[in-house]
Amino acid sequence: MTASTLTPAARVLQRNLWVYRRTWRGSILGSFLTPLLYLTAMGVGLGALITREVAGVDYVAFLGPGILAATCMQTAVFESTFPVLGKISWRRNYEAMLATPLDVRHLVAGELLWVGFRVLTMSSVFLVVLTGFSIAHWPSAILAVPAAILTGLAFSSVVMAFAATQRTGEGFSWMFRFIINPLFLFSGTFFPLTQLPEAVQWAAALTPLYHGVSLVRGAVLADAGFLGAWPLHIAYLAGMLTIGAWLAHRLLKRRLQG
Amino acid sequence: MPPSDEVLVHARALTKRFGDFTAVDGVDFDVRTGEAFGFLGPNGAGKTSTMRMIACSSPITDGQLSVIGMDPRSQAAEIKSRLGVVPQIDNLDAELTVRENLLMYARYFDIASDVAGRRADELLEFVQLAERAKDQVEPLSGGMKRRLTIARSLINEPELVILDEPTTGLDPQARHLVWERLYRLKQRGATLIITTHYMDEAEQLCDRLVVMDKAKIVAEGSPTSLIDQYSTREVLEIRVTDAVRSTLDGRLDGIADRIEELPDRMLLYVADGESALEAIHERQVPLESALVRRASLEDVFLRLTGRTLVE
Repeated sequence: MTASTLTPAARVLQRNLWVYRRTWRGSILGSFLTPLLYLTAMGVGLGALITREVAGVDYVAFLGPGILAATCMQTAVFESTFPVLGKISWRRNYEAMLATPLDVRHLVAGELLWVGFRVLTMSSVFLVVLTGFSIAHWPSAILAVPAAILTGLAFSSVVMAFAATQRTGEGFSWMFRFIINPLFLFSGTFFPLTQLPEAVQWAAALTPLYHGVSLVRGAVLADAGFLGAWPLHIAYLAGMLTIGAWLAHRLLKRRLQG
Repeated sequence: MPPSDEVLVHARALTKRFGDFTAVDGVDFDVRTGEAFGFLGPNGAGKTSTMRMIACSSPITDGQLSVIGMDPRSQAAEIKSRLGVVPQIDNLDAELTVRENLLMYARYFDIASDVAGRRADELLEFVQLAERAKDQVEPLSGGMKRRLTIARSLINEPELVILDEPTTGLDPQARHLVWERLYRLKQRGATLIITTHYMDEAEQLCDRLVVMDKAKIVAEGSPTSLIDQYSTREVLEIRVTDAVRSTLDGRLDGIADRIEELPDRMLLYVADGESALEAIHERQVPLESALVRRASLEDVFLRLTGRTLVE
């Protein structure tokens, strides 16, 4: 991305920030509540029943960073579904923006910047809570933020491309039910992949969220064991982001400027 | 500012196809600086597709097009920075207030915020929405939204403003207010391109227009020259019962230059409506009603295509 793309894209981000000015309090509160509820219910409540260590750490420590990555994915995905489709067809914001010097690539880049911003605030708040639960290892924990952002952007770009092909929101419910929820459950968020049957382990290790969870968990726990093949995780997610952004640009252009 | 000879939009054999469907079929036209230029035609005639190509929001399939001396294929951003666009369906930002809509739009054009603030206030005055500046967009009436969209299209002080069906869906009062603002805008020297399927709108606003039908331009000229060319000065509209209509054969001969038979009425194209009406009375044809009016672009369209504009 060059500077000539970044400045107009920042306007698209700015538009979302102007709208966010009205709702940010609720959104930040939600960002606090999500980890608090999960860690209390599943970490402390359920975790108390899990007396042995999970992959070498307490269950609550295993769970915390997994939920961080998974909820950041959910937010990134959601921001790329109805809000994007609304701007394409119901509210026609993109049509209005494209009548100005903005171009489709600025729309894609701008929405990705916005998702990046959302994940940045969410994961930062999450880290504060994890620190409260004495789970986060500083300073390496800070690396969970860029890891979560990369994960969020990778998902966002692909989902934005999908949104560009949709007429109603039906496809999104299908996607949440059959793709996002299974990923949420089976990507090493709640338990190590080694608990799964061997044949399925491989499949789970190929899912994008698994790579995001691995990076975030390794950073939060300062544990090279979880980080594993970090260059591979990063390459996977960066590759997904590149392909997703290319596809989103292509499909949005076809939809908006046919 | 009177229209000059400088050509602002130049199209030759301009064509737009979607797969097998030809929306715009090789049209030629020139829009001159300072004039209000109209595209008149029924829905589906290709007006909006032509607008979208001029506004750089739809690629040209074939032919030549230059807008403010530039090529939409390679200089879209430069062209768009000097255009104002009022789309057919309002696309205001429902999540921002009235004034924020203008300020944010100014950001898209990279206009400095102090300049944007000043222009936003002036434009809200211009479209008579200053007292609604802090309101949300959603509760505004259709006419107010349309005026706000017009204000928004002017935030970059465009040389050319493109308006796609600017008063469709508005009540008569709101329409007149929009027309009045557009007329003022034209007097300030802006070049306007207007599409419409309302003949009165075209007559009110356009210095020159083209009539489009089935993807082609079928006539071109000023509203008065088109009427002179394709119609008589006056039109006598008569209604007769079906029983009378079936016995009319030959009884109206020689009264009118031309007669158009519509399902609900007959249009007699005549130089003098009153004397034509007298002649009909003399021949003792019983009329349900009769109306003498001046010929309009509607008559031109009927003559050219055999159909009415608004069905």
